[in-house]
Parts: sequence; C-alpha cells; structure tokens
Amino acid sequence: MKITILGAGPAGLYGAILLKKANPLHEITILERNAPDATYGWGVVFSDRTLAAFQEADYKSYKAITDRFVLWDAIDVYYRDELLRCGGHIFAGLARKQLLALLQRRCAELGVSMRFNTEVADVAALDGGYDLLIAADGVNSLVRKTFADIFKPSLVPGKARYIWLGMEKVLDAFTFIFRENEHGLFQVHSYPFDGTTSTFIVECDETTWRRAGLDAASEDESITYCERLFAPELAGRRLLPNNSKWINFVTVKNATWRHGNIVLLGDAAHTAHFSIGSGTKLAMEDAIALANALDTHPDLDTALGEYEAERRPVVELFQAAAAESQSYFENVKRYTRLTPVEFTFNLLTRSRRITYDDLRLRDPRFGNIVDREFERRYWAGQGRSIFTLIAPPPMFAPLTLRGLRVANRAVFTPATTGQAVSGVPCTGDALELARLAQDGAGMVLTEPVAVATEGRITSDSACLHEDEHLRAWTRIIQAIHTQSPAKVAMPLNHAGWRGATRPRGMGLDRPLRDGAWPLVSASALPYTERSQTPRALDRAGMEGMRDVFAHSAHLADAAGVDLLILHMGHGYLLSSFLSPLTNRRDDEYGGTLEQRMRFPLEVFDAVRAAWPHEKPLAVALNVTDSVRGGFGPDDAATVARTLKEHGCDLLVALAGYVVPQTEMPYRRGFLTPLSERIRNDSGLPTLVGGYLTTADEVNTLLAGGRADLCLMLPPQETRTRSRSAPTVATDAREARATADVREESMPEAGTPAREVRRVEKKE
Amino acid sequence: MRVGVGLPSTIPGAPGHLIVGWARRAEAAGIFSSLGVLDRLAYDSFDPLLALTAAAAVTTRVQLATAILVGPQRNTALLAKEAATLDALSGGRLVLGLAVGARKDDYDAMGIEYATRGRRLVEQLATLRDTWEDGAIGPRPAREGGPPILVGGLSDAAYARVARYADGYVHGGGPPRAFARAADKARAAWNDAGRPGMPQMWAQGYFALGGESAAETGTAYLRDYYAFTGHFAERIAGELLTTPQAVAQFVRGYADAGCDELILFPTVADGDELERLASALSGLATIEIPATSATASANAAEAAARRAGQP
Ligand SMILES: Cc1cc2nc3c(=O)[nH]c(=O)nc-3n(C[C@H](O)[C@H](O)[C@H](O)COP(=O)(O)OP(=O)(O)OC[C@H]3O[C@@H](n4cnc5c(N)ncnc54)[C@H](O)[C@@H]3O)c2cc1C
Repeated sequence: MKITILGAGPAGLYGAILLKKANPLHEITILERNAPDATYGWGVVFSDRTLAAFQEADYKSYKAITDRFVLWDAIDVYYRDELLRCGGHIFAGLARKQLLALLQRRCAELGVSMRFNTEVADVAALDGGYDLLIAADGVNSLVRKTFADIFKPSLVPGKARYIWLGMEKVLDAFTFIFRENEHGLFQVHSYPFDGTTSTFIVECDETTWRRAGLDAASEDESITYCERLFAPELAGRRLLPNNSKWINFVTVKNATWRHGNIVLLGDAAHTAHFSIGSGTKLAMEDAIALANALDTHPDLDTALGEYEAERRPVVELFQAAAAESQSYFENVKRYTRLTPVEFTFNLLTRSRRITYDDLRLRDPRFGNIVDREFERRYWAGQGRSIFTLIAPPPMFAPLTLRGLRVANRAVFTPATTGQAVSGVPCTGDALELARLAQDGAGMVLTEPVAVATEGRITSDSACLHEDEHLRAWTRIIQAIHTQSPAKVAMPLNHAGWRGATRPRGMGLDRPLRDGAWPLVSASALPYTERSQTPRALDRAGMEGMRDVFAHSAHLADAAGVDLLILHMGHGYLLSSFLSPLTNRRDDEYGGTLEQRMRFPLEVFDAVRAAWPHEKPLAVALNVTDSVRGGFGPDDAATVARTLKEHGCDLLVALAGYVVPQTEMPYRRGFLTPLSERIRNDSGLPTLVGGYLTTADEVNTLLAGGRADLCLMLPPQETRTRSRSAPTVATDAREARATADVREESMPEAGTPAREVRRVEKKE
Repeated sequence: MRVGVGLPSTIPGAPGHLIVGWARRAEAAGIFSSLGVLDRLAYDSFDPLLALTAAAAVTTRVQLATAILVGPQRNTALLAKEAATLDALSGGRLVLGLAVGARKDDYDAMGIEYATRGRRLVEQLATLRDTWEDGAIGPRPAREGGPPILVGGLSDAAYARVARYADGYVHGGGPPRAFARAADKARAAWNDAGRPGMPQMWAQGYFALGGESAAETGTAYLRDYYAFTGHFAERIAGELLTTPQAVAQFVRGYADAGCDELILFPTVADGDELERLASALSGLATIEIPATSATASANAAEAAARRAGQP
C-alpha cells in the first residue's frame, strides 16, 4: 500500500513506524513543513500505562523513550504563599524535541521516507499518489479544513489565555502556582522533562490578561512580566521563549475521523485541554490503534471504521475530563475563598476521577493533613485555635450552625413518601425517621411539610399548621431526640401550582382526580397540560401566605425541629416567584430579579422573625432551573447573598422542576457542581444530595469545600454485594477506557507510586 | 436478580411454532421469570405484542416484557388498548418497556417523522395511564393503574422520563459496567424527582451456547440486526455470550450493579438453545428462582395493592 502521512509530529511519526513494522512492503512517505530539528514546545508527559502500550507496540522506540525520560511522583501547589505537597502520583517527562528525534531515527531505520521542509498547500495536489492518506497535521489540520463538510469539525476556543514557556530550572514535582496581583489571578502549570529545564505554562483569564497589558506585549515583554510575577518561585532563574504567544486553547472535535481513504490522527482529530496533559499520548495511541486495525482488517474501510470505533470512546472520556479540568482553571477565581488545604484538595480532585480514598492511598500523610485541617476549621468556627493531632475523616467531623451542633455530615431522609392523613404524619413515616436517626445519621430530613392544607403536594402530604399536626410532630421529634443524637431538619413548603397531585408512586405531577383543591401560584399558568390553572396570588393572599409560613415556623419550633428549611425550589410556590419562566406578574413582585425575589424574601423575614434566634434557618434554592430562559447560577448567587444578609445560615442546593420538561446531566453527585458554585459565590454553607451513596463521595465533596452536609441514600441491603467484583471478559475494552481516564492523565492523576517499580522492572 | 429469556421472534426465519413452543418450555424450565421481546418493523421479525400474546396463551406465570417497544411508532390510544388487552388476557403479566428506538428506517416505513420521536414518547407516557384509568377505552388492565411501564434510552431526557412517568428503567445492552453507569443515572433522576423507593431495573444481553457454529450464526445475526449502527454492530456482536462461563460472569456483573431482572435473548433459531441457557444458569447463586404460580399471583396481587396505595 502507498501511504502518505501529512505531518511529522508524534502521531505521524509513530504511525509510520508501526505501519512499516507491520508490513515492510508499505511505501510510506511523511511530508513535513518544518525542518527535522525545528520544534515548538518543551516537555511531554506519559504515564506508565501509556508506556506499557508503547512497549508492546514498538520495543525499540519504547526503550529510547524510557532511556531519556525524567520520573517524578509529587504535585506541589503554591497558593497564598503556602506550599502543599501531595505524593504518590507518577509522571514521566520527556522533551518533545527528543521524542521527535528518536521517532525520526526509528523511521529512518525502518525505511520510511521523510520529506522535511515540505509544506503542503493543497491536498488535491497529493491526489493519486496514495492508497491511504493519514492526516497527522495537527490542531490546524489542512486536510480537516479541506474536507470540512465531511468531518464537520467543531473548534471551541477556551476562555483563558496561556503562553507556553520554558524555565531554566529543574523541578522535583509537577508544580502549580497561583498568584494574584493588581491585574488578577495567574496560574502556572510547570513540570520537568529533560534534566535541565522545565515546561512553564502561564495562564490567566481574558480580563486579567488585558489589564496586565499582555495583549499588546511582545514575547520579551511577556517573559519579563512573568519573571517578575513569579520571582519567588523562579529564584533568579530565567524563563525561556520558544516563539511563544498568548493563545486560547482550542478544543477540536469531528463528527467523523475518516473520509474514503483519508483518516485523521492526533490533534487533527481531537484535542484535550493541556491541564490533563494527554495530547501526545492520545496522538500516539491513535497511531497504535490505526496500525492494529490496518493489520487486522484487509479491507481499508472496515479497518478505518474499527480504528475510529476503538478510539472514539476513549478520546471522548478524556475530552470530558479535560473539559472539566479546563473549566476549573477558567473559573479558578471562584475557589479563592478556600483555605490552602481545601484549595489543594479541590484542585487535585477537580475532575472527579480522583477521590479522597485515592489520595489517601497515594499519600497517607496528605490524607492526614486534609482530615486535621477539616477538624481544625470546625474548632476555628467555635472560636478556638486548636492544633489537631488526630482527626476523623471529614464525614465524621461535627458542624455547627448558630446554636446547633450536628455530630456528623451525613443527612438521611425516608425513601418512601409520606402517608399522612389530613396532614398528620403516620406512624410508619415516624418510625422510618426514627430508624434513620438511630442508625447513625447526623441529621434526618423530613418530607417537605405543608404550611396549609392547600399547600400540600398530594393528599398524603404532611402538614404543620394545626394543633393536631403539632402534637404528632412533637411526638415524632421527641422520640428521635431521646433515642439518638441526630438532629431534625424540616422543609416548610407550599406546593403552589404543583399541588393537588396524586401520590408519586405512579408518576410525578399527575393531578388528583377527586378532591383537588384550588391552587395558587405567582402567575395563572398550569404546570402541565393536564394540570389545573392556578390563581395568581394577590396582595392580600401574599400577606396571608407570609403569616401562614411564620405560623408554621412557630409550630416547628414548638415541635422541636432543629433546622428549619424554607423551600424556595423545584417550582413550588416561592420558587414560582423567583423564576422568570413562571413569574409573569406586572406588579412590583414580577419583572426584575430584585422584584421577583421580593415576596420570597418577605416570607423569609417573617419566618426568621418567628424562628428562634439561636436556631439555624436554611433555604432550599434552585441554583438553576436547568432550562433555557430560566433562573440560573448568577441569579441564585444574588438571591443567596441577599438571603445571607437577611440571616440565612445554610442553602440546600437544588435544580429543575420549575417546568415539567427539565432534564439534568444525571449521575452520581450531579448536584455537586451547583452546590460548589453557590457555596463559593455566597459564602454560605450548603447541604447537597444528588444520589450520594458512599463515604468516599461524601469525604471528597466535604474536603474539597463543595458542600458542608450531604444528603445520602441508605445502602440497599438486598444489594450489598461486592461492588469491586471482577468485570467480565467482554468488558475489557471499556474497562480499559475507563481505567485509562482515571489513572493516566496528569497532573491530578498519575498512578500510585508503587507502579513506578513496575515500569522500572519492565525496562 | 431475576433472569428472563427472550423469544426468538426477531431472528429471521424462526417458525411460529418455535416461538410458541419456546414460550411454553421457558416457563416449564422454572428458572426464568419473564419472556422478552424486541421491536423492529422493517425486518423479518414478528410483531412484539402479538408474539407476547401468543406466549401469554401458553403460559400462566412468567412476566411478558417488551424490551423495548418503539412507542412513538404506535398510535397511543391503540397501544393503550393493546397493552390493556394483553395485561387482562395474561392475568396482569405485561411489563411495558418503551423507548424512542434508533432505527430511522422503521419510522420511515411507519410513515412517522423521526424527528418527532421524543415529543411523541413524552405525550404517550403522559397519556397511557390516564387512558387505562379512564375506562373509555377498555378493557380494564388486570392491575389497577395498568401494567408497569419501563422507559429505555441513554440520554438525560430518557432518565428524566423514567423519573416522571415510569416505574422503572430498561437498559439496551452492553457490558455490566455500562449498565451500572446507566442505572446510577436512572436512580439519580428518580431520587431527585422525589419518587418513592427505587426504579425497577431491567436489562438484557445476547447468548448463543451451541458451540462454535452457534456462535458464528449468532454473531452473523447480530451483525445483520445491528447493521444500521455501522461499526457499532461489530461491538455488539463481540459481546455475544457463547459459553456458560461468560453467562455466569455477565449475570454476576449485572446482579452486582443492582439489576432487578436480566433478559437474555437468543440469537439462533434453535429450540435447544433454551435448555442450554437454563443449564448454564442453574445453580448460579445470584439468581432468584421465581416462585410457583400460586405464590407469584399472590405476590402480584400484593404488589398491585401496594401500587394502588393501599397499605
Ligand atoms: C500548552 C500545551 C501543553 C501541552 N503539554 C502536553 C504534555 O505535557 N503532554 C502531552 O502529551 N501533550 C501535551 N500537549 C499536546 C501535544 O502538543 C499535542 O497533542 C501533540 O503534539 C499532537 O501530536 P500530533 O502529531 O497530532 O500533532 P503535532 O504535534 O501538532 O504535529 C503536526 C505536524 O504537522 C505539520 N504540519 C501541519 N500542517 C502541515 C502542512 N500543511 N504541511 C506540512 N506539514 C504540516 C506540523 O508542522 C507538525 O510538525 C500540549 C499542548 C499544549 C498546547
């Protein structure tokens, strides 16, 4: 086969090597615009898993790579003039220049023809000269551009600016530096690679970049600026240019990677943000998969299809992880409220692939620092400065909110919905709460309790507005308090236009057939096509409603509730005022956000006044309606800050249900990013759910400053079988894809230190 | 976890008597909790609801599950009537799995616009229960509120539909790890919506246990059946369970991931495949052996009562 490869980057060169090795009869020509020794960039990083794949694919180049690379196992984080180190992550670095040189030598040895200084300006000019054209022409691929109608590329530039520099200094760790000056916040990603110099990438947001005048700066001026900014860490060493410019990272995706006998490889096909450092590795793994597919399938079309089918899922996992990491760095300013330990832990676990348990395993010393810092902050909150010698995992640290002390961070709520009769909770519900309390919950959460008969969600909803309700709740809560140290949290709710529905066993928001009561809402809109049209609350109605909430709050105190939660989310009455989708009022309670939040705030103030000063009051708030045109995180931040000023102590982070057709990116912990966002934006502690079932999830969330209390699901006893059961043989490819993304990328990942030995043994 | 077996109703050339006999023998084997069917219009396959009706006529205990039926391709009023009929005829054994499907050719053949599928499914899900309860379109299903509804699919919209309208989730196939991820998403959506308990979790796989030649025939069938997915067909074919060991590990993986009922579909139109599967499954610790028909109907009655909200 005659094979033309466009581009002598890692993808093109490695592809040529493997194809030629598999079949020496292939006539392979590489066309490269640059000279053989001209290369941009500094170091590249590989994990041991990637190296193992290289070893299998071509031992000679593997040996050449491992002879040259630099190994290290720590991550250093400089933040607020503190340095934190976390070990046990293994990385191997190598100069891009060396990598290309050794791959070129191997190509020459195998008889691949390489034409350097050959710029291809027109793909059509290559026509007829090949049976297969491999487009390894990088992020600005000409081939991709030429057949844009087939590949349908999407090129999404990131929001941050970065410059890729070198540093005249060796490092013993992957190093992050965060530095704030009068222009804004800058961060550095720096790592060793050739024994004398290190890669030094400086990144900042667009505003900071302009304020610092870097948009108008030359390469030299940029370097001078960065040298001054990072003088303490550089300790007199120089930064080195390499035709460096401030650019935006572009994420490349393509609808397909092949077109007839043309195939995209490496950056031409896909890019993933440099902060997970996987570009070269993905490019070279593409080459391995392509060579294997061509070797296995005689038919070109099948082979190219198999190549894409093999690589696409792996690449997509990396791109998803890279996107999270990229978004973290673009928004890193949000995290500057965190203490250095929290900040570092948050950074290391930013894309959720590395957890609390993983870090503990890699570096127990760091794990202990995290636990002790968590405990220390608890005591600091109590006004005591204590150097904690030992500490439990974050989940078991207590939390105080005003006069309330919660013994641990796990909150549980019954899995069944209530079976109240005339608003009086039934014995079954009471027993379920009491059982959760006795079984170790720090706090139990009741179902949303209605402040009025017409405020119930279903005919089975519990209420708290009459003596009978008060007596029932008092009994339930007293029993919990006498039998366990658990605290009781109760959401006070008015269902608004989501009221008068049937019990949720057979679906959500299905209107009651018989015995429906008239509904109220911010505006006269029906919730679903089948729902009753509510009456828009008028001024008198609003005043009445405010008093009704205050009255229930008063009863909740009498019943012994420890934490009261005012429900302002999920489309219920107060939520219907907040969202522009459901509040169409033209009076002073509709229109701007300030006006839309006026009534919910009036209710909050009335409840705060009725609720004892020493008891904490929380608000359950949609951080996003999760639908276009709805209430979003910025609105939520404004509301949260205002609530804080009005005496709110905790937020429950919710999303959706303001209109029936909402969907969210469901998965374990899918509400965590929203909790983190609102917590950072408002400075208020948060309670979050979103399907949390393990201590590891909870610890990861707490230690990273993403929430303060976690709503967990009880373990399902009938299913407590080993989760780590061996996966089946058919699962191998997928297992590999997932494992790759978990363990392989840098700088937060890497593999545990004991893996180093494995690599070394192989050599 | 319970295990069901699929009818060979989408294997080209399978004769009618094989399908009816298969249903009868599957129940007699004692180990299977359900019979499943797949839905495909423009293919040499049997209609899923009619095939299940035939199966209903020769069985008394097993559940009859569509995994799945392409709901949007069917008129909702007629589907409501068919489902109620099958539920009534079978004494409350229908489990109605619905999804949008992925085959545009089926929509074209049906004369329904492919782009409307999501909207049509939502409307259908919102209507079915009401129709069963209204009684204007009879018969009354055997169970109050009608047969359980499962929704399939891998999009966030699919999980949201499970949480809003359905009783559970039905997964479309793949390694246990893929199921585990999907199941987590369905449970997350369900729990977030404030639905009580947990959604029922159903899943499926393919087997061909008659040695190398059966494996080859099965692989060829899967390649053909899934040809519309392009190169993905190769993957699905690659996941075919061809040995008792593979079946055991697959079953274990699904059980560990919290599956309630796993339906294994044949890929070879050979009656002996049923016994081969039954023997591969017998003795596996993770499998719940279905109760005898007497206890089964008592359980069904109790479940129906619970669903109707009576303690
Ligand atoms: C800031 C930054 C840091 C990074 N850090 C790392 C890291 O630590 N680890 C890592 O693994 N990856 C890293 N990467 C990614 C890595 O650089 C790329 O992913 C990798 O080089 C892709 O290889 P490739 O062969 O596909 O493309 P390239 O390396 O871009 O090669 C393409 C080649 O094609 C040639 N070419 C293009 N067009 C033509 C034409 N028309 N005619 C002739 N020749 C042409 C180019 O000159 C070039 O030599 C980083 C990227 C960035 C931006």
